[in-house]
Amino acid sequence: MDFPGVRALDGVSFGVRRGSVHALIGENGAGKSTLLKILSGAHRPTAGTVGLHGRPQAWASTAGALAAGVAVIYQELHLVPDMTVAENLLLGRYPRRGPWLDRTALRAEAARLLRLVGEDLSPDTRLGRLPLAQRQMVEIAKALGRGAPVVAFDEPTSSLSAPETLRLFAIIRDLRARGHAILYVSHRMDEILELCDAATVLRDGRHVVTHDTLAGVTRADLVRSMVGRELTNIYHYRPRPGAPGGLEVRGLAGPGLRAPVSFHVDRGEIVGFFGLIGAGRTELMRLVCGVVPPTAGEVRVQGATVRGRSPRAALRAGLVFCPEDRKQEGIIAVRPVGENINLSARRRHVRAGFWLDPAWERDNARTQIARLGVRPADPAALMGLLSGGNQQKAILARWLSDPVRVMVLDEPTRGIDLGAKSEIYALLQELAAAGTSVVVVSSDLPEVLGLADRVIVMCAGAIAAEFTRAAASPEAVLHAALPASASP
Amino acid sequence: MSPPPFPTLSRRARVWDAAGMLLVLAGLFLLCALGVDHFLTATNLRGLALAVSTSGMVACTMMLCLAAGDFDLSVGSVVAFAGVLGATVMNATGSITAGVAAALASGALIGCVNGVFVARFGVNALITTLASMQIVRGLGFIVADGRAVGIRPAGFFALGNTAWLGVPVPVWLTGLCCAGFGALLNRTIFGRQALAIGGNREAAHLAGVPVVRVKIIIFTLQGLVAAGAGLILAARMTSGQPNTSQGFELEVISACVLGGVSLSGGVARLGSVVAGVLILGLVQNAMNLLNLAPFYQYVARGGILLGAVLLDRFRQRS
Repeated sequence: MDFPGVRALDGVSFGVRRGSVHALIGENGAGKSTLLKILSGAHRPTAGTVGLHGRPQAWASTAGALAAGVAVIYQELHLVPDMTVAENLLLGRYPRRGPWLDRTALRAEAARLLRLVGEDLSPDTRLGRLPLAQRQMVEIAKALGRGAPVVAFDEPTSSLSAPETLRLFAIIRDLRARGHAILYVSHRMDEILELCDAATVLRDGRHVVTHDTLAGVTRADLVRSMVGRELTNIYHYRPRPGAPGGLEVRGLAGPGLRAPVSFHVDRGEIVGFFGLIGAGRTELMRLVCGVVPPTAGEVRVQGATVRGRSPRAALRAGLVFCPEDRKQEGIIAVRPVGENINLSARRRHVRAGFWLDPAWERDNARTQIARLGVRPADPAALMGLLSGGNQQKAILARWLSDPVRVMVLDEPTRGIDLGAKSEIYALLQELAAAGTSVVVVSSDLPEVLGLADRVIVMCAGAIAAEFTRAAASPEAVLHAALPASASP
Repeated sequence: MSPPPFPTLSRRARVWDAAGMLLVLAGLFLLCALGVDHFLTATNLRGLALAVSTSGMVACTMMLCLAAGDFDLSVGSVVAFAGVLGATVMNATGSITAGVAAALASGALIGCVNGVFVARFGVNALITTLASMQIVRGLGFIVADGRAVGIRPAGFFALGNTAWLGVPVPVWLTGLCCAGFGALLNRTIFGRQALAIGGNREAAHLAGVPVVRVKIIIFTLQGLVAAGAGLILAARMTSGQPNTSQGFELEVISACVLGGVSLSGGVARLGSVVAGVLILGLVQNAMNLLNLAPFYQYVARGGILLGAVLLDRFRQRS
């Protein structure tokens, strides 16, 4: 597969056995997505073949790939929010009776697919009402419904919480037992070592190594072949002195919270918010940063109350919110990278309150691109064409163009490769060292534990527990995050 | 670690983006100059410029509106209403200033109401302006009592029928609009905010862009400029006509799309929009000179639009 001037995938060969789970790993830009797109028929290879059951295949479209028996489940959901779960599950192959839609059969088949993934919900629910994690399960059920002998998963756990991840693993193991060949793309090494039977590593579009068995292969081995170097201490954690008076939240109430919430983050402190999906972490942060107006409570930044209830007011107070959904709420895909970076801070750099300052626009974009290592280092490149990790770096550059007092990041490393993750962690530590209060919301437990000075755990719309770095063991934090009925 | 592979637009594609429509315009112009009798005469070129001046003016604000991800279908009705209201007020008061002020204020008010519905109440722009298009058209007929309103203060006709340095005043005003809105789009924080809102409304909101305010201002400007265009048209016709400029909104949107403005927002370039306006005007002018019945012009306009959009799709795919 060639893009203009660049070869995204170069002579890669490997095989996936029936009845096995094969991991495909590599940093962003390593060629995993391109490979999946070829499998799904969205792209055509410029050379080479894909074989199925020993026969070479040549599908030219996504429909062709589906017919041949390859189902790709993407990280981004391909569902219609305004339709019901049942309508989504059977999209494109509705049961019919003569010219009419057979609603009874539709509902029955949908219910069967939902049982397959262990989701207990009505097929008539409108999809848009479901939380992200359940939508992901619907997407998986949809793909499984076609009974494809080859199933590829692209980062399936990135929006799933721990119990759902376990359920997904059970589903994948069941598929394996029934003789499906499974390709599993993920950045999470622990998952791969737990779930997969074999692994292929890609780097810069080239095949690095294929392990036919993962027995004896360690996390460090995989990481080393992915990045071509050893990654030690990716969190770059160093103890820092904190000072009181960073972010103070008192009695904040609003949609998604069961009880008023109070917490504080010192200057120079990193606080991690952990919890299951739906625990209210995102909702809380959206209230703190004025994205959703709170019904009660107070937010103070370095002693001063934030006036007004909008992101704009929060930004004026130096309170910055980096949202979870990069594509929907972060990037402006059709605008250049430089525009994306300058979007927020430029309000401080206008002449006569109106005219852009071309020198500032140019310099800030260049400086931030260099500071965060955004690739390509071209302010004129379209944002939508960058890889996920580079988009996230450019978004961070947007917020860092302003003097930041408090930075709230919701799932800052979701779907980002290890190298970029490590760079972002280093940046957060650097920010904290400079006196910024940092809040990191994450479902990735090792990330929260590795990054934060203090961990706050939320459960069912309220703060459930708080741990110092020393006291935050994975078991204790996870236990606090589980609802009382679910804990042993 | 080597930099990851990255697809960039080819140089040819970038050049096409920046100057493609200008090249098409130049080609068409050359073709007309060589193939159509009487095309390259001062009288005809002045007529051509005058003919596109109205849509050219409104295309500037429509471009802003589309850049921010919205539509405005009410502009044709506003053009007619402003002409009628201006004429009526001038006749009643005998004051040109009062008529002009009333017309401009009413245009701005209509735009502002559109903007409030779209931005504050979150009503779809297509539906909002579809409604206001009909309401305002109706109001025009009501004010005019269904007939053309002849304008009595003859001094007003100067707005449409005098020339400066050999170029008609309306053309100067359109040029001024282009320069002004081009600068607004490219050189001001307001223009960048409009593009950001069109590109991703939610992201712009989180980045502190005052989304509601920017959108209301854009619609207000749109109404104001459409009213100005309506006054100029009334001056040229020496009367306010309630049934003028039907389908004008589609002509203006066509010109913008021809000029590469994305209907989903976030992408707009003034130079190309001007080229789009001129291309449509040029074709119409040439067909007039070739004595083709006006019915064919609708077919030609639609055909050009489809052709241009198709060309753009192919370019993006390659």
